[in-house]
Amino acid sequence: MLKFPKAFVIAAASLLLAGAASAETYGLGRPATADEVVAWDIDVRPDGVGLPEGSGSALDGEAIYTERCAMCHGDFGEGIGRWPVLAGGQGTLVRARPVKTIGSYWPYLSTVWDYVHRAMPFGDAQSLETDEVYALTAYILYLNDLVDDGFVLDRETFKTVKMPNAEGFFPDDRAKTETWTADNICMADCKSDVEITARAQVVDVTPEDPTSKHRTAETTENTQPGTDGTVQLSSVAAPDPALIDEGAKVFRKCAACHAVGDGAKHKLGPHLNGVFGRTAGSADGFAKYSKDMVAAGQDGLVWDQDSLTTFLKNPKGLIKRTKMAFGGLKKDEDLAALTAYLQAEGKGQ
Amino acid sequence: MTDTKPVSPKKPSVSTSRRAFLKGGLITGGALAAVPALAKSGDPAILEIQPWANQLGEGVDARPYGTPSQFEAHVRRRNVEWLTADPVSSVNFTPLHELDGVITPNGLCFERHHGGIAEVDPAKYRLMINGLVDRELVFTLQDLKRFPRVNRAYFLECAANSGMEWRGAQLNGCQFTHGMIHNVMYTGVPLRTILEEAGLKTTGKWLLAEGADASAMTRSIPIEKALDDCLVAFAMNGEALRPEQGYPVRLVVPGWEGNMWIKWLRRIEIGDQPWQQREETSKYTDLFANGKARRFTWEMDAKSVITNPSPQAPIAHGKGHTVLTGVAWSGHGTIKEVHVTLDGGKNWQQARLDGPSWDRSMHRFYFEFDWTGAPLLLQSRAVDSTGYVQPTKNELRAVRGENSIYHNNGIQTWHVTANGEAENVEVS
Repeated sequence: MLKFPKAFVIAAASLLLAGAASAETYGLGRPATADEVVAWDIDVRPDGVGLPEGSGSALDGEAIYTERCAMCHGDFGEGIGRWPVLAGGQGTLVRARPVKTIGSYWPYLSTVWDYVHRAMPFGDAQSLETDEVYALTAYILYLNDLVDDGFVLDRETFKTVKMPNAEGFFPDDRAKTETWTADNICMADCKSDVEITARAQVVDVTPEDPTSKHRTAETTENTQPGTDGTVQLSSVAAPDPALIDEGAKVFRKCAACHAVGDGAKHKLGPHLNGVFGRTAGSADGFAKYSKDMVAAGQDGLVWDQDSLTTFLKNPKGLIKRTKMAFGGLKKDEDLAALTAYLQAEGKGQ
Repeated sequence: MTDTKPVSPKKPSVSTSRRAFLKGGLITGGALAAVPALAKSGDPAILEIQPWANQLGEGVDARPYGTPSQFEAHVRRRNVEWLTADPVSSVNFTPLHELDGVITPNGLCFERHHGGIAEVDPAKYRLMINGLVDRELVFTLQDLKRFPRVNRAYFLECAANSGMEWRGAQLNGCQFTHGMIHNVMYTGVPLRTILEEAGLKTTGKWLLAEGADASAMTRSIPIEKALDDCLVAFAMNGEALRPEQGYPVRLVVPGWEGNMWIKWLRRIEIGDQPWQQREETSKYTDLFANGKARRFTWEMDAKSVITNPSPQAPIAHGKGHTVLTGVAWSGHGTIKEVHVTLDGGKNWQQARLDGPSWDRSMHRFYFEFDWTGAPLLLQSRAVDSTGYVQPTKNELRAVRGENSIYHNNGIQTWHVTANGEAENVEVS
């Protein structure tokens, strides 16, 4: 595209002189510092370029996996609910229901390291140390029977691992194999009989239209608490709407596993409606509590401002083997905001 | 497109709705004849003064950012809960059956996130260019807006659009079968301009685009595409990008699968080989029946769908003159023709294309006909500017099997019954 004739002439001249692509510049932007590039350039290629110094064993990885990954991916990489299956599936790619796992499908080990490092755990990305990523990657290989439990992954051993499905891919060939063209296209009497062979209503998996059902709930949501001028009769201070809004943002760290508010259901963790005043480990219909959590409830632990704050600040400090894989909130203002939000939003049904 | 006139009869039989109204009016008149008052005959919507004609409405400041009419509240994106483990890494669908023209309104553009919506503070927005360039650079949003910019309308289709239909008709609604697409006018800077600012080294053959979200989304893109027509966009349909579409900056990769259009774009790296990231190896690769998978299937092939009538938009007016409409698009260029069949593919007719015919942008088609009230098996078939014809689903399956997930551009069939309702079906 031609921007300015003069610039084009200069560009063309330099092209002739240097034989390399050149073009006008606008002098915009500033040089990136070396530290900035290191901070953001985290990608790892199949040849190992991008892997930092470090190491971790499959055995080390097991403990980290159990704490940080198993609640979604399952103790053996089998996947809970619809969360991704990480292990097994070898030999299933030709079946009607293939199981595409790291062992059965992923062609490159670098992708595992890169993705665990950049995006896992879900909701707490880039929180793993380099050695932890090595250890987890080694453990995932172990779950797929590709290494033994003593395997130590580092930049050198990385080169020794070949993924089982490395040769399972071929480049896009649609231009040669999918050539449906308008030549001789049929417009009339193209076939004699037409029968219906499949029907969506029989399958019956289409969501119902939620529009009318949620209208009441939306009206409620749009009402801002504390702005209607009513006098609070309770001696408890009215919740601060700004604090609740802040808490809603903090809650995003929790939302992968917990729901709260009208219509909230159990997810990986229990729904949090009515959590204030609830005995620990007692949400109706939630069966996935740790033994420690249930025991704490039986010993009399009830969630209130103090106990929730303590728990959310350091979950494992209060409930040693809680299944909640969350490191805890460091900032007091985040704790205050989150508990205010849970108290307000948890009044939902 | 050679013929832009409607091919159906222009004079349909007497409108059933008109006939029904006259009949209703006569009955009302007959009943009222017994009442000796000054009864009037006609439509209460006309005869009675409506509240909006009598009382003043809201003033200009009541809606500083306008929203649709309260009567359009049902026009919304919807998701299919069972598709994904969690709504944070999930997808919802554009209500194609509620739209017309070729531009998708910003608030109705389908969403696909891998780590939720990143709420990027524009004051802290940075775009880094690194790797095989002469100058590794950092741009602010203001820097980007000082480059010469262009306006281009392009469709964005998720590679998995219609992906739930490989094993047969499954979801009963055009929104769900085809709604992972939107068509937007972007304002942005050609990626080429920004790469030239950094100075591409001749060894640079691939580009990695990376997002600032909690999945740090990444895709490898060949340098030829990057230098051809990609945009670094900051506006859609005239306003800033919506948060769910990558605010403040996203990549635009015309004609290629939506996953590559990195949202919340924070970094572009130049390298000499692809990075083989998760979204181009374990996902967005097309598994064949023989267990081998096609990779780097970037282009979206020509496709069309009838949006009305469809399961969520039945024919409500009974037999008589009927407007059928739909959309068509191709990642290889423009749409040259769309054919429509009423009988499941025995006979086809030219649809009428109307509206702008832009390169790799959505096209709108219409087919007006006189519906007899007999059941219909509706299909549309797109032909793009390269001469490629949209295949049937069975033609696709013959090549790929049923485990491909991605790139299902097969012909869609709606079965319209005598009462005007439509169902997602497949035909022999």
